[in-house]
Amino acid sequence: MSPTNGLTIAVPRGALLSETLDRLDAIGVDTSEVRSNDRKLLFADIGVVTMRPSDVPTYVEAGAADVGITGKDVLTEQPERDVYELMDLGYGACRMVLATVDGPDPSVEALRRLGVMRVATKYHKTAAAFFERTGRQAEIVEVKGSVELAPLTGLVEAIVDLTATGTTLRENNLVIREELFVSTARLIANPVAHKLKAAAIDAMLEKLRAA
Amino acid sequence: MRPQIHPIPSGTRDVLPDEMRELRDITEAVRAVFELDGYGEVWTPALEYEQVLGRGGGAPPAYRVFDDHGEVLALRTDMTVPIARLVATRYPTAEPPLKFCYFAHAYRGVRPHRGQMREFLQAGIELVGAPAPQGTAEALTVLCHALDAVGLRDYRIGLGDASLYRTLLRSLGVPPEAAEGLMDALVARDFVALEGELGRLGLTDADAELLLRVPQVRGGPEVLSGADGPVADAVAGLRGVYELLAAEVAERVIFDLGLIRKMGYYTGAVFDVYDPALGAPLGGGGRYDDLLGRFGRPLPAVGFALTIDRLHIALTGEEREGEAVTGLLSDGHGEARVAGR
Repeated sequence: MSPTNGLTIAVPRGALLSETLDRLDAIGVDTSEVRSNDRKLLFADIGVVTMRPSDVPTYVEAGAADVGITGKDVLTEQPERDVYELMDLGYGACRMVLATVDGPDPSVEALRRLGVMRVATKYHKTAAAFFERTGRQAEIVEVKGSVELAPLTGLVEAIVDLTATGTTLRENNLVIREELFVSTARLIANPVAHKLKAAAIDAMLEKLRAA
Repeated sequence: MRPQIHPIPSGTRDVLPDEMRELRDITEAVRAVFELDGYGEVWTPALEYEQVLGRGGGAPPAYRVFDDHGEVLALRTDMTVPIARLVATRYPTAEPPLKFCYFAHAYRGVRPHRGQMREFLQAGIELVGAPAPQGTAEALTVLCHALDAVGLRDYRIGLGDASLYRTLLRSLGVPPEAAEGLMDALVARDFVALEGELGRLGLTDADAELLLRVPQVRGGPEVLSGADGPVADAVAGLRGVYELLAAEVAERVIFDLGLIRKMGYYTGAVFDVYDPALGAPLGGGGRYDDLLGRFGRPLPAVGFALTIDRLHIALTGEEREGEAVTGLLSDGHGEARVAGR
């Protein structure tokens, strides 16, 4: 039997990939082929499928993968996904923040005089829930590309975005005003696999904790 | 001539004859089992007064309309609440147990995807006036008969207790206001949040560890026999049910001490039906011993509902798997395919 006992694991490409593969190596999965081949997506021998982090909950919810690894930011943005969140893997730490241009806070000014602040983000559900929870009226402007551009051009007064080091924010003269939450990598599981493959999933959890 | 396209609402769909024949095979097989076991089929209106449905505490209705008197009507979200109404209204004095079955559409405001439409057909039973554990064991037996009749081979039944975690919290002296945060994390299936909440409560390490571990326990009957202390008390109800199950039903059961169902009316044993061919439960049910009382006929009750679309998807999935195994024997190249699953 393979080290993961026949489980299919959804692995995120991008910023979380390298540390995810380190963890998988540590629990006995040979990830050398994944490391050496960044075009291939499916590695049947070791039960690994690779994809964008935001697609991981989709595959795991449908049962196309039994377990998966993705960021808490992704899970917060997709709250309707019916998956188990089993473990905080601790790596890939970054912060979801509210930021504006430096100087007097333009979002406070907008709220006071116009009643609504405009906020650009790639995480529109996360942002909408945050402003609802804190009792502020906000117009969420969803952008696909560089969010930092939006407040600099006057499109919005603030942004909600993920930042690891804050360098990009600083370089664009933006400052962090509030922190929504800290995001780290999480292990998630399909609800049916969690019951029918309980032994394999629990064994994997135990190895990850020990690693 | 260009065809005219007329849309239908999101989350609804048409069923054409080829699919309908297959769905019909499933419902007829299930209906024969229900009838044989003494469950009489009922219809109730798809539209009910919203106020009457609200009394039951099921899923909130997604579709509401006003009638010609300005009353608010709602499309039912399940059949359990309408049948509770029916029992109280139409059988106010009948001698229990009362046994009903149904094949009916229900409506919910879900995000539509395969096997989860906003209008969906359910097949189920309600066994009214049969207390735990006998009533629960009977419902589980009928459930297995129905799934066998449909032709599913690999299904399993996850069995838990809706009151288990609360019982455990009470016996460990967790204050009610803190219990809500823990229950929310459990309902969201978020064990990371559960661990965080437990860490904030200032419990002893042993209690916190217990409260984090127990809802993740699932497996065979050894789960029950291995329990001790407050957990042993909390699983006493499940042990009572298990002792009454025939071998062919018992072997299908996976005990799941963290099983929570979203409907608010469950009081005791709860169960979900799983099949490896589908990533979501085929259906489920449980005990709702307080529900009938809300309609004025206090009787213990248990029931379950199966989603016909999901039975169909699981059945076709199991058939495909069977073909893959046959292919392995014939061409010798199937091994990787099967092992890769």
